[in-house]
Amino acid sequence: MPLDFSDTTIQAWRRENGRVGVRNHVIILPVDDISNAACEAVANNVKGTMAIPHAYGRLQFGEDLELHFRTIIGTGANPNVAACVVIGIEPGWTKQIVDGIAETGKPVFGISIEQKGDFEAIRQASWKAKEFVHWATDLQKEECPISDLWVSTKCGESDTTTGLSSCPTVGNMYDKLLPNGSYGCFGETSEITGAEHICKERAATPEAAEKFMKIFQAYQKDVIEPYKTSDLSDSQPTKGNILGGLTTIEEKALGNLEKIGKSSSYIDALGPAEAPAMGPGLYFMDTSSAAAECVTLMAAAGYVMHTFPTGQGNVVGNPIVPVIKISGNPRTLRTMSEHIDLDVTGVLTREQTIEDAGDALIECIRRTANGRVTSAEALGHQEFSLTKLYRSA
Amino acid sequence: MGKPQLLVHDHEDNVGVVVVEDLRAGTDMLCVVTADNSDRHLIAKADIAIGHKVALKDLAEGDTVIKYGEDIGRMVGPAEQGGHVHTHNCKTKRW
Repeated sequence: MPLDFSDTTIQAWRRENGRVGVRNHVIILPVDDISNAACEAVANNVKGTMAIPHAYGRLQFGEDLELHFRTIIGTGANPNVAACVVIGIEPGWTKQIVDGIAETGKPVFGISIEQKGDFEAIRQASWKAKEFVHWATDLQKEECPISDLWVSTKCGESDTTTGLSSCPTVGNMYDKLLPNGSYGCFGETSEITGAEHICKERAATPEAAEKFMKIFQAYQKDVIEPYKTSDLSDSQPTKGNILGGLTTIEEKALGNLEKIGKSSSYIDALGPAEAPAMGPGLYFMDTSSAAAECVTLMAAAGYVMHTFPTGQGNVVGNPIVPVIKISGNPRTLRTMSEHIDLDVTGVLTREQTIEDAGDALIECIRRTANGRVTSAEALGHQEFSLTKLYRSA
Repeated sequence: MGKPQLLVHDHEDNVGVVVVEDLRAGTDMLCVVTADNSDRHLIAKADIAIGHKVALKDLAEGDTVIKYGEDIGRMVGPAEQGGHVHTHNCKTKRW
């Protein structure tokens, strides 16, 4: 009999907009690449804050700029962030980011560098950051149902063991948590190739199925067809996937889809970093399969916890979202166990059922939500990678 | 049941996955189908690394490779029962 998790609770921070966060970060967020240095200086001045440097934000336009704004605003708006200082080179775009984050009701302060210089911007931002740290560290956790968690997933450095063990473990977790009102998210558009017919069938409605197929076909037409090479230049499958025994994209895609379980179906197909808007349930998101890019987009959509199956041993983390690594590959557990939070090698030896592994993952999620640091957090993995749709002007 | 050396997702599959390290040619493998925990035995014809695939029957060039009960590509070279199936003899039908 599967365990019932409807009464399971976590200790977490309920934010101004009602969402629940499992971390309490004060972040110093650059609008653009040239404001990274000022943000890092502020984070150095004020302990307990974290700068999130990145590579873009200048001369972008159209859909690519919209995605940039959505990702940066979504990162500041994420419930794992208590308060946010935004620094940009000029006031216009800085204000757009500040206003977007402020809609959540959380404290946010913006400052631009032009006509001040780094020194003055850093001085003003540091005072505000210190005020935010005192305020945030005074906030108390409260008891919240586990169903308040938004949990995303993406696998990485997959091999054939992920499709047998760690991916179905995540799927089992979703089959148990989603019926109680959680939000889930999977993506990786290129990595559905070969299993798109199955993914289409797993839509909850014809509208969701059609939206998914439109995203999938647009990617094939706009990206794969003009640029394709054999096995996408060792990118699908990757060289790591192939070393681990995966041979074709179809095989990889079928393993990937094990993450959505047996009974779950997705209610909508989202654009990259787009926040879910159809209530609790599972969502597909149009993302790259590159680990850091995908986790960054899902965090920007509002997901506060990420479950990450790995076979050969991906080491990715995220600055604001705890990334739980799950592996069933005994060689990876032997050679790089410092990166793995949940060992499901017992599934391969038939000493552990997928049901038991799913329960163990939910317990790991509960403890992580309550504050236990993940391996990626302990090892300082804070990869924040923006998705770029096309070249800047 | 002992610990299996080979796991197979579905009964329709014609390949399985090695789930132990250092599998040597000649090993009498316990092979378990995860869909219903049924098992059979198969002799490994090569040293095959953990995670890599084994042909459950003789496969010829042009055959469709079935895993998860689904088409995962085509054979571009032969593999005998118990032999290694990977990029040297199996290829995607997509790109």
